[in-house]
Amino acid sequence: MNASLSFRGASVTAVIVVLLTGIMAIASLLPASSPVQVSPFIMTLAGKYLAYAMLALAVDLVWGFAGILTLGHAAFFALGGYAMGMYLVREIGARGVYGNADLPDFMVFLSWKSLPWYWWGSDHFPMALVLMLVVPAALAGLFGWLAFRSRVSGVYLSIITQALTYALMLAFFQNGFGFGGNNGLTDFKDILGFDLHSPYTRAGMLFVSGLILAGALLAARYVVGGRFGSLLIAVRDAESRTRFLGYRPEQVKLLVWVFSAVIAAIGGALYVIQVGIINPGEFAPANSIEAVIWVAVGGRGTLSGAVVGAILVNLGKTLFTAWLPEMWLYGLGALFMATTLFLPQGLMGLMHHMPKKRPSEVTPEVTNPEGGEA
Amino acid sequence: MSTEPLLELSHVSVTFDGFRAINDLSLSLAPGEMRAIIGPNGAGKTTMMDIITGKTRPDTGVVRFREHDLTKLDEPAIARMGIGRKFQKPTVFEELTVRDNLLLSLKGLRSPFSLLFAKETAEETARIDGLLRTIRLGRDASRQAGGLSHGQKQWLEIGMLLGQEPDLLLVDEPVAGMTDAETMETADLLREINQTRSVVVVEHDMEFVRALDVKVTVLHEGSVLAEGELDQVSNDPRVIEVYLGR
Repeated sequence: MNASLSFRGASVTAVIVVLLTGIMAIASLLPASSPVQVSPFIMTLAGKYLAYAMLALAVDLVWGFAGILTLGHAAFFALGGYAMGMYLVREIGARGVYGNADLPDFMVFLSWKSLPWYWWGSDHFPMALVLMLVVPAALAGLFGWLAFRSRVSGVYLSIITQALTYALMLAFFQNGFGFGGNNGLTDFKDILGFDLHSPYTRAGMLFVSGLILAGALLAARYVVGGRFGSLLIAVRDAESRTRFLGYRPEQVKLLVWVFSAVIAAIGGALYVIQVGIINPGEFAPANSIEAVIWVAVGGRGTLSGAVVGAILVNLGKTLFTAWLPEMWLYGLGALFMATTLFLPQGLMGLMHHMPKKRPSEVTPEVTNPEGGEA
Repeated sequence: MSTEPLLELSHVSVTFDGFRAINDLSLSLAPGEMRAIIGPNGAGKTTMMDIITGKTRPDTGVVRFREHDLTKLDEPAIARMGIGRKFQKPTVFEELTVRDNLLLSLKGLRSPFSLLFAKETAEETARIDGLLRTIRLGRDASRQAGGLSHGQKQWLEIGMLLGQEPDLLLVDEPVAGMTDAETMETADLLREINQTRSVVVVEHDMEFVRALDVKVTVLHEGSVLAEGELDQVSNDPRVIEVYLGR
C-alpha cells in the first residue's frame, strides 16, 4: 500500500490522545495542593478542545479526502449538541428555576403547556444518542443526495453549506422553534445521575472523550485507508474518470459526507456535556470556517493533522484572547495565511520533511507481497 | 454481414449552441471488429465517443449496444454494461499507486458500501499481476501513477480499460505524444486486445492506422464521409479535399 495512504500516524495520535486524557483525568483528582493537579478550568478547556478535534476530523474527511470544502460543518456539530442538550435539560427535572418536573424552564417561561412532539422521549439517554446520530445523518443524507446528484461542486457547494448552517442558526434563534431561542439550552445538572460538576464526572468525561476521539480517528483511518479510500481519492482527483469506470461518485461522496456529519455530531454532544451550554451561536458560519482553518494548519488529508490543528489553534486562541482579546482574529488570519504560504501541507507536512529511513521506493517483486517461501 | 451489430448508431445528431457537432451520423460495428475513425479537427470524433459513453445526450437518433438503447443511460451504467473508454489525455489517478489504479478498474465491486469492507482477493491479485505484465509496468507497480512517463500513463490507462473487461473499447488518440517505437508497440497491443474484444480507435497518426490494418471510417462535419480500407479511403477525392483543404 501507498505510504501516503497508510496513515500510521492516526493510530499513534489515537494512542497519545488516550494516554494524555487518562493522565489528565487522574491528575485532576489529586488534591488541589498537589503541584500536578489539573484544575477544573483546564479540564473543561481540554474537553472543549477534544470536541473541536472531532469536528476538525470530520472536516478533514470530506475536505481532505473527497475534496468537498465544507463551510457548514458546525451545523452537524451543533445538531449533535442540541440532541444531547435536550436530554441534559430534561435531566434537570424539578430542580429548574420554575420547579416544573415536565417542562424545561424556557418552555415554562414561554407559558407552553406541554412538550412539543419532537421532544418526545428526550428524557431518556438512549433517545439522546439516537437523535444525536440520526438527525445530523438524515440532514447530511438529504443535503448530500440533492447536492451531489446535481453535480454541485467546488465553490458553489461551499456556499450552500454556509447557507445550510446559517438557515439553521436563524431557525434555532426563534423562540417558537422549541429549543430555547437565543439562550439555547444550559444550566445542566447531571448526566445519567452523575453530577456534571463533580471532579469525578469531569475526569470520566474527559477520558471518555479521549476514547471516542481515538475511536473516531481509527474509524476514519479505516475508511480512507482501504479500497474505499482509494476510490475516494480517485473521485477527489478525477471525478468524471471514475464514472467511466462504472462508479457513481455521488454515492461515494454521500457515504463519506454522512459519516463525517456523524463524527461532527458526536463531537457536538461531547462539547455540550463538558462545556455546559449549547446555543444557536454554534451554527454561526464563522465557526465552520474556523474548523477549516484548524485542518489547514494541522495538515489537510492527514487525519492526525486535523486533531493536532484543532487542539493547537484553540490552545492559541485561549491564550491569545486572554492576553490580547481584540487581536485574536488578526492572529488567526495571519496563521492561516502563513500556513497557506509556507506550510501548504500544514504541521503534518513538516513531519514528512524530517529525515526518516528511506522509503523502499521500488519493490521489484510483484507477486506475493507476504514473501512466504512458496 | 449476417450477425447483429454490436454497436449501432443510427441518424444521430447533436447541436451545441447552434453548432451541429454530429449531423445524422450512422455507423455500425460488428462483434469482434476493430475500427479506426479518422477525420480532421472538429469532425466530431470525440463528440461521437461522448455520445456512446453517455457523457453527451444526442438530440435525435438511436445508439444501440446489443439490445440496449444507450441514449437512456448514464456513464456508470454504460461502463458497467461493458463499454470502456480511454481518453485522449491520459487520465489515471495520480496519487494512487499503479496497482491501486488497476485494482479500482477491475470488473466487479462498484458500490461504495461494499468497497468499504472489501479485501483484495487472491484472484484479483492474480488479475492485476497479469495486467501489469501486459502493459509492462510490473517494475513500477508500487509507484505513484503521477510519477510515470507520458507513454507509461497511456499504457496504464489501457491496462485499466482491460481490467474493466469491456466487450467494446473506445480508444481516443492512444499514440499522441508517443515515440515511434511506442506507437508500434501500442498497435501490437491493440491488435492483441482485438482478438477478444471489439475496439474503436480514433487517431490522427496515419502510420499507426496503417499498422492496425483495419477498416477505416472518415468523419467530416459530424457525419460519415467515407468508409473502407485505408488505401481505398485515402485515394477518395473527397477525403483528399477535406484533408488538404480546398
